[in-house]
Amino acid sequence: MADDKNFALSCPTPVANYEQILLAHGGGGKLMHQLLESVILPPLDNVHLQPRHDASVFVVGNQKLAFTTDSYVVSPLFFAGGDIGTLAINGTVNDLAMAGARPLYLSLGLILEEGLPVETLSRIMDSIKETAAEADVQIITGDTKVVDRGKGDGIFINTAGIGVVEHGLNIAPGSVQPGDAIILSGDIGRHGIAIMAQRAGLQFETTIESDCAPLHTVVQKLLAAGIDVHCLRDLTRGGLASALNEIARQARLGIHIAETAIAVCEPVRSACELLGLDPLYVANEGRFVAFVPKNDAERALAILNKELVSQASAVIGSTTVTDAGLVLMTGTIGSTRIVDMLSGEQLPRIC
Amino acid sequence: MCLAIPGKVISIAGDDPVFRMGMIDFGGVIKEVNLCYVPEVKLGDYVIIHVGFALNIIDEDEAQKVFGYLREMEELGNAAGEAN
Amino acid sequence: MKFVDEYRDAKAARELATCIKAVVTRPWTIMEICGGQTHAIVRFGIDELLPPEITLVHGPGCPVCVTAVELIEKAIEIASKPDVIFCSFGDMLRVPGLHRDLLAVKAAGGDVRIVYSPLDALKLATENHDKQVVFFAVGFETTAPANGMAAYQALRLGIRNFFLLVSHVLVPPAMEAILGSPHNQVQGFLAAGHVCTVMGYHEYESIAAKYKTPIVVTGFEPVDILQGILMCVTQLEQGRCEVENPYSRVVTREGNLPAQKLMKEVFEVVGRKWRGIGEINNSGLALRGEYRQYDAELRFGLANRKIEESAECISGLILQGIKKPHDCPAFGTRCSPEHPLGATMVSSEGACAAYHRYRGATVSGRRAG
Repeated sequence: MADDKNFALSCPTPVANYEQILLAHGGGGKLMHQLLESVILPPLDNVHLQPRHDASVFVVGNQKLAFTTDSYVVSPLFFAGGDIGTLAINGTVNDLAMAGARPLYLSLGLILEEGLPVETLSRIMDSIKETAAEADVQIITGDTKVVDRGKGDGIFINTAGIGVVEHGLNIAPGSVQPGDAIILSGDIGRHGIAIMAQRAGLQFETTIESDCAPLHTVVQKLLAAGIDVHCLRDLTRGGLASALNEIARQARLGIHIAETAIAVCEPVRSACELLGLDPLYVANEGRFVAFVPKNDAERALAILNKELVSQASAVIGSTTVTDAGLVLMTGTIGSTRIVDMLSGEQLPRIC
Repeated sequence: MCLAIPGKVISIAGDDPVFRMGMIDFGGVIKEVNLCYVPEVKLGDYVIIHVGFALNIIDEDEAQKVFGYLREMEELGNAAGEAN
Repeated sequence: MKFVDEYRDAKAARELATCIKAVVTRPWTIMEICGGQTHAIVRFGIDELLPPEITLVHGPGCPVCVTAVELIEKAIEIASKPDVIFCSFGDMLRVPGLHRDLLAVKAAGGDVRIVYSPLDALKLATENHDKQVVFFAVGFETTAPANGMAAYQALRLGIRNFFLLVSHVLVPPAMEAILGSPHNQVQGFLAAGHVCTVMGYHEYESIAAKYKTPIVVTGFEPVDILQGILMCVTQLEQGRCEVENPYSRVVTREGNLPAQKLMKEVFEVVGRKWRGIGEINNSGLALRGEYRQYDAELRFGLANRKIEESAECISGLILQGIKKPHDCPAFGTRCSPEHPLGATMVSSEGACAAYHRYRGATVSGRRAG
């Protein structure tokens, strides 16, 4: 064939003339990044925002601290494997973990919709208590507001978190080197499918549960063992593909991965086939990628595979000098394609 | 167009053919689909499903044909190789 | 997954590719009709396994690409009404009308919902008596039996608040339009396997004979597609022009008779405008007889409108395989996935969107030439 064709496969969204915010702006893809870069970040710009990493690391006196915030708007509120409370704690704990910080304290902001059953709120608070205890963090400040009926999905939660950074590494996309090994901490797609399954009326032989889990303990073990961690990123909305694309762009390096190395459990794979979704873009809540020097990869894997939360860790690829900013994947039948950033949200398709 | 996925029929319900529904197992995912277009379907059959409807029953013998052809090609290739 | 994994086997795929290389002696241009096949070719990189003599062109087998802009505008108008629940397959939500798409309507407060099956929309109608539920019935012959059955069940159950906005198109007239065009470069076809699951393939026999073009009924997995290409190229090399069916595990010559019967009961054949190509006679379906009470265009009194598409967009020529995306002066500059001028840039299976991903990128280790 005269020209090489190598396409990524997500449906593009026309963006130019949107005067209102779309759901797609929250999808973790190109639209969201455009909104951030053109409207949200410019008025705020400062040196701390430059790295565009999950948590911000700064120094106060002699202590390096990490600070992050995240909001939780999931619907349904309760799903297999967790609920909005579990997400609210683990999500923020994980953002701190991705900077290599030890999470200490969280704030908890609740926006409740008029009409939300108090019993539902109690259930969520119990979940928050349990998850915080498991993650060994305390909630030390918070706020509660109520909005009119119809103005919220039952409950919205915001958590901000602060942690201490007790290592000397700069764990950020800027530290990634060509030739680094990319480790993925487990199989992908569970959280997104757990949520979508409820909406699409899918049943599973064994219920797919969200993989929501705290990751800081396993990260601390990597650091304690002296692994030269260059970058960490937890996979959330937009899935593995979005996380890798963000890092490839921020690090200005190419990323090459092998499809056969990426674990997807069978029911998740089948659900994706059924709904016309690509597992690479499906949300996760308890998985991360780690960029480490090639020589450290084996030791890192040994540490990760001892922990429940990362027991199926594997090297899925490496970084390159060529193809900077791109993520390329060698597929199951041997051909290579670009794995692009999603434009908006991944929608189920029938084509 | 036409994303259609194969799955195994694990239950059938409904006397009226128009409203007959079946539970289909797609590699660990179970979904209910309409079986009105495959009136002769039986439990254990594999069907091809598109937008919630079974469009046909998969013929397992026909499904094997391409692999038979490839095996033949391989044998021919090996035979040619040996002859050289 | 059974009947999926075997057809993604790398060894089998490579063996078929080797057979193709062995059989080809000169350049051939083959069109795959179906968007799902384009998707698979791209996803699995099947074109990379082919010898350079073979050019695959992507046909108009994407209902997203070919739905007339007038219909998108009607969908937007209906979805914007306060007492309407507008249901659609996910693919259609991003297709631009003149200024907006259905996603924008949702953002502005319209009740727009993604459904997986037309029966889901019918169920919504039974659960929401105070609303009018409208389903965007898009697709080729593959989806017509499902959409038709929703109307059939609605009549049986006496449901009054359910409507279909019909945009069905038929494959054989499109193939004839392409083959009959004076600019046609397509020499062989991979017919859409799932369309043929419903309709059978007897309709293609006269087309193959009339235009002396081989037509191979092809599935959607890498092994299926490579097998389809192998058989098509073999025919071309041997100067044959027959209809062959390697997708025989789900396709028979007659197709699915109960489905065809239902389609005849609920729909009649009409002319349809294909976005980017124009009006093709007898190429679409519309509700007929007592099912017309479910026709959303009639229900909402939507007049026929003529809408001019961007003059720069050469979607039509690309859909017919006459031009490649790179040939278009607007490609990647004035027209991109974020700001499409035409349908082929919008859809994930649109050729232009697919090419755009790759534009400007040099991928190391790619096959040259």
